[in-house]
Amino acid sequence: MLALEYHRSPVRYLAAGRLPSRLHPPAVPSLAPMRLAERPEPAPPGPGWTRLRPLLSGICGSDLALLAGRVSPYLSPLVSLPFVPGHEIVAEVIDEVFDETGELAPGTRVVVDPVLSCRTRGTGPCPPCAAGHANRCDRVNAGHVSPGLQTGFCADTGGGWAERFVAHRSQLHPVPGSLPSEQALLAEPLACAVHAVRRIDIPRGAKVVVVGAGTVGLLTVLALRELTAAGPVTVIARHPHQRRRARALGATDVLEPRNALRGVRRATGGTLVRPDLGPAHLLGGADVVFECTGGQGLETALRMTRAGGAVVLSGMPSRPVDLTPVWYRELRVVGSYASRDDFATALDLASHAALGGFVDGVYPLARWRDALGHALAAGRSGSVKVAFDPRAR
Amino acid sequence: MTRPGLVLEVDERTPPLLVHQGEGFRLERFPLGTRVVYPPDSLPGLRDLDAGIADALHHPLGSEPLPDLLKPGMRLTIVFDDLSLPLPPMRAPDVRQRIIEQVLELAARAGVDDVELVAANALHRRMTPAEIRHIVGERVFASFWPDRLRNHDAEDQGGLLAVGVTPHGEEVEINRRAAESDLIVYVNITLVAMNGGAKSVAVGLASYRSLRHHHNVHTLRHSRSFNDPPNSAMHHSYHRMHRVLSDAVKVFHVEATLNNDQFPGRFAFLNRREWEWTLTDQAAFLAARRANELAPPAVRRRLWHRLRAPYQVTGVHAGATEDVHALTLENVYRQQLTEVHGQSDVLVLGLPYLSPYNVGSVMNPILVACLGLGYYFNMYRGRPLVREGGVLIMYHPMPAEFDPLHHPSYIDFYEEVLTQTTDPATIETKFEEQYATDPWYVHLYRNSHAYHGVHPFYMWYWGAHAREHLGDVICVGADRRTASRLGFRAATTLADALEMAGETVGRSPGVTYLHTPPMTMADVR
Repeated sequence: MLALEYHRSPVRYLAAGRLPSRLHPPAVPSLAPMRLAERPEPAPPGPGWTRLRPLLSGICGSDLALLAGRVSPYLSPLVSLPFVPGHEIVAEVIDEVFDETGELAPGTRVVVDPVLSCRTRGTGPCPPCAAGHANRCDRVNAGHVSPGLQTGFCADTGGGWAERFVAHRSQLHPVPGSLPSEQALLAEPLACAVHAVRRIDIPRGAKVVVVGAGTVGLLTVLALRELTAAGPVTVIARHPHQRRRARALGATDVLEPRNALRGVRRATGGTLVRPDLGPAHLLGGADVVFECTGGQGLETALRMTRAGGAVVLSGMPSRPVDLTPVWYRELRVVGSYASRDDFATALDLASHAALGGFVDGVYPLARWRDALGHALAAGRSGSVKVAFDPRAR
Repeated sequence: MTRPGLVLEVDERTPPLLVHQGEGFRLERFPLGTRVVYPPDSLPGLRDLDAGIADALHHPLGSEPLPDLLKPGMRLTIVFDDLSLPLPPMRAPDVRQRIIEQVLELAARAGVDDVELVAANALHRRMTPAEIRHIVGERVFASFWPDRLRNHDAEDQGGLLAVGVTPHGEEVEINRRAAESDLIVYVNITLVAMNGGAKSVAVGLASYRSLRHHHNVHTLRHSRSFNDPPNSAMHHSYHRMHRVLSDAVKVFHVEATLNNDQFPGRFAFLNRREWEWTLTDQAAFLAARRANELAPPAVRRRLWHRLRAPYQVTGVHAGATEDVHALTLENVYRQQLTEVHGQSDVLVLGLPYLSPYNVGSVMNPILVACLGLGYYFNMYRGRPLVREGGVLIMYHPMPAEFDPLHHPSYIDFYEEVLTQTTDPATIETKFEEQYATDPWYVHLYRNSHAYHGVHPFYMWYWGAHAREHLGDVICVGADRRTASRLGFRAATTLADALEMAGETVGRSPGVTYLHTPPMTMADVR
């Protein structure tokens, strides 16, 4: 089968990591340790697993961070190389599969919860899995599947950027017939957004800021509006189309990054102070800030949160930051990884009218460099989500 | 005898004309037939200024002589205009210093001990000690600063006093020290006809609660122009407030007027008509332009802001506010007014580096808009220089630069308000109160050197009449994004601007260029 394969190449990884951001779209697809290859189809590693045919497979910010050499080495023991990326997947079931959650017939359209927890690995439940927190599984490098925190980072399961992959029945969620695949593709990032807003108690009327308006940021705005009684939601968005979409999803206000602190001060009150060195910060600020940029906005998020407020890390952090505000302002920093029983809600939200047109670049696998270049420049080019259609030629 | 103002009609022999554009200037060839409005030549100053001041204080208009008003044990407050006047700042000694020194001598002779000085900065930024020292002089500064010489604080609730309400329901609230004085001596410089008179105390010492009654869109739209007090709704409001004030406290007004010598020796060519430039003037122009182009931006800005004008004082009048101000206005008009017959389709303005609110800092885009659509557009009596539906072309590079120390709320106004609307009435309704009461802006106004949070709104309202009147505004040499944010269009050259203006006023428009600075006002018949 045809698949995109991420392979071990420290030289390429480090070279990509040293590129300035503006060179990412033209250079990263060629420089990253990625190749289009003929691979054997992955075999189901145990009972409860099935083969699937991807219909659409999204390119996520974490995939791009990996290709651009910007992922923390912390995660390296939790993947197995070479692997086929792709964890935002709408797929068709090939082989009938069932477990206690029910049966899925061949041809059933599903979305995939990519977390490879104890249940998929055939191990006994670790303490987090036993407590219902499969996304915190301690055994992502154990059991009868090679190490991999998710589908798309595991050598044995394959991923969505291929013509076939395998998944456990517990990972699969049938897609309602009325939901187009383009919107179903958003179920996985939506589940992450739903999980993020459920990670913290958001009081009625709370002043919330969402830093970043890529897929994660925009879907976080939707989740905030649909699932919480948050008050004003201010979004920091770099590009005009992102600001337009954020408003359509319920943002009260949208700000450009260069004006973020001043704008948040206007929206939430407080004062703006300037240290002798480094960026300004607020005394006062938002009650809750969601960091959805993959780390670039974390410094800003910490500096605009009120004393005693909370910062939720929705994006995978990628760079060191000054933690002084966490200490001085007694902030809570809350991690939010993947999702936990949030797919049903996510599939409900995926039908939201404002999500139409979010997937606007669909490429065959053979044009993977174009696809990755487009995804790396998605903000600038007016796109939100770029995806592969592995069936297309 | 100085020459009166002139309306030149551009013909083949007309040399290129000087146009200001921010921290720079250029020579521009105007289309044939363009009318160019020049002010009268600079008037001669008083030969003996100190004698003139003494004469005004001892022989006032509509009032007892100042010495007769000064009694032992009385409470005297001397109030003076802040650094927004004059522009550029006056070469030392400032005429306010010379007036204040004489008033203080008279007070000392009369045995008045309770004397305080207050700068009438209203919602303008607090002046620094050095800026105050420049205005009042070293001797006064050393004697009174900081306990008995200070900036007015419009947010010091304990330091304000509600004096009354006009029949129109306008609250009159001013500085408590001044309101509770036995006598206010107000020391003013009237640079343009808008300033001075009833405005001085009612505005300079007021609070936001009081100012909002005339600094609003409705009033500004009905002030046509605000340099023509009888036809200015804003001045009608000032007069109503002044009457309330006059019942509560005695005001002795001292007003000075200046001639048009705005630029010192090496820049003196900026004060002259181009065809009269000597070889020295031409060399000075070329040298100044080259040096200006080569200077790094920060150095260039510093040099411009260090300019001190060699003004001469054309008159000092003292006494009752209205009697004094009538003569003051005569002097101002004598210096600035040029008769113009009829309106034109297009008005051209060259906007310089300085407005009343960026002394010592950058002229940000909102102040550029205010200078063009507010101050310069309103330099008329009778009718605007440009017809209704006509086009204003103004020169300024208009960079989106702000001084975060002086203009913090301007930055937010530009980013938050102008991204949503440029309509003054909508802005007033939706945002003014929020900005006026924002605790951070209040804190910065009181403790730093920031203009009040509401100040950018007033600057925007200043252009409300022009926005209603004009069909288009085109900015030559402006940053396109900034111009667009302000609701204007940008052009690279005058020819392009006129081409664009053609969409509004046709292909052969009548063009008038108001040649200012120095200060020029048109009496449009």
